[in-house]
Amino acid sequence: MRSKFDEQLRLLNQEMMYMGTMIEDSIQKAIEALIAQNAQLAEKIMNSDSDVDHEQKKIENICFNLLMQQQPVARDLRVISAAMKMVTDMERIGDHAADISEITIMLSKEPYVLNLDDIKKMASETVIMLIRSIEAYVEKDMNKAQEVIRHDDIVDDLFDKNKADIIELIRHDPEKGEQAADMLMVAKYFERIGDHATNIAEWVIFALNDKKEIKES
Amino acid sequence: MEKRTKITVRDLNLYYGENHALKDVNMNIRENCVTAFIGPSGCGKSTFLKTLNRMNDLVDGVRITGEVKLDDEDIYAEGVDTTVLRKRIGMVFQQPNPFPMSIYDNIAYGPRVHGMKDKSKLDAIVEESLRGAAIFDEVKDRLKKSALGLSGGQQQRICIARALAVQPEVLLMDEPTSALDPISTSKIEELMEDLKKKYTVVVVTHNMQQAVRVSDDTAFFLVGEMVEFGDTKTIFSYPKDKRTEDYITGRFG
Repeated sequence: MRSKFDEQLRLLNQEMMYMGTMIEDSIQKAIEALIAQNAQLAEKIMNSDSDVDHEQKKIENICFNLLMQQQPVARDLRVISAAMKMVTDMERIGDHAADISEITIMLSKEPYVLNLDDIKKMASETVIMLIRSIEAYVEKDMNKAQEVIRHDDIVDDLFDKNKADIIELIRHDPEKGEQAADMLMVAKYFERIGDHATNIAEWVIFALNDKKEIKES
Repeated sequence: MEKRTKITVRDLNLYYGENHALKDVNMNIRENCVTAFIGPSGCGKSTFLKTLNRMNDLVDGVRITGEVKLDDEDIYAEGVDTTVLRKRIGMVFQQPNPFPMSIYDNIAYGPRVHGMKDKSKLDAIVEESLRGAAIFDEVKDRLKKSALGLSGGQQQRICIARALAVQPEVLLMDEPTSALDPISTSKIEELMEDLKKKYTVVVVTHNMQQAVRVSDDTAFFLVGEMVEFGDTKTIFSYPKDKRTEDYITGRFG
């Protein structure tokens, strides 16, 4: 029985990795489309969000069946419950990539009023967090998960800086306010993606550790 | 509220001849709680259960060292009357083993052995015990019929009622549901929940989920050693010892 269970857990891992790759791809493309003002690509990202939702359902089903068939305890129980919680955060990350793409489409016809360097930085930092949080789960690597949680401060600082710059911009030139507000939304979506990656890392720690360490986010 | 300790076991060792079957077991069994013993076959959990009411005294070549206290009394002290002890600490076995007599006589057996003759008192004890074992309604119209005519699950509850009839303080159950179907099993499990309100229950089980469902505390045994003992929820979510984790997750055995 245990070997079948191990096989099912391997399958769960594979699907988690696959979903991780999907949302990583979405964020990468979302920032790419935003920078290039590529409405077509943005449209594609929005459409692919339903694939992410589908994958979430698939993983939840696998977990549900494992709970039913194997009645897991101890680490097995923690790993499976963590996966069920993690996919919710992963799905939200996918939603945010779609949200960002929606703004990209809206702004695709007008020149940008501010420099996107900090938003680009936020994007690359959150992608790193996401990749590492999924790796931490798959590789059962506690240190990597803790690293992700620490990394969130970088994203939060970038958001604060971005926000201050945008406020400054609006103060100087209220005409640019509308687009600036949209860009603040984009920055906030990346900041939220960082929070979701942090949640994922916290669930990894829960699955691996003797004690659950959950911080409010 | 913190439950008081009903049975205290200190440095208990048991030898079957040369075979060291229990090694330095220490445990506090809490009153009005269900304590489960788990572990692979031959780990010593049933042997340990039997040391709690001196059932091992009946086995040839057994030597026991250490201390088992019921409340403050050392049950292995000289002069302890094992009949009285086993009245205080009753036992239910894996195979339902009603006596080949009527349901009524099965339950009245213990009280009669202990000198009870008053018919109305016996009637009251029989009813109360059958109710306590959640079987009264099923058998009240056939008390004079043979207990052997009942189903396995009913027979097991008769055995529990028989144990309750002598008003024990502790009930030891050695895999009480392993010969029963899921419906009877669930009845016995519900019963354990009720029983612990009045008694201290200790159960040996091979069914891990049963231990999770019914017990407050769990002890894991492996080759005569008590590897881990503690709060059931903790044992089944955050076991401290890798051997416990490996066993409960089915990685060996």
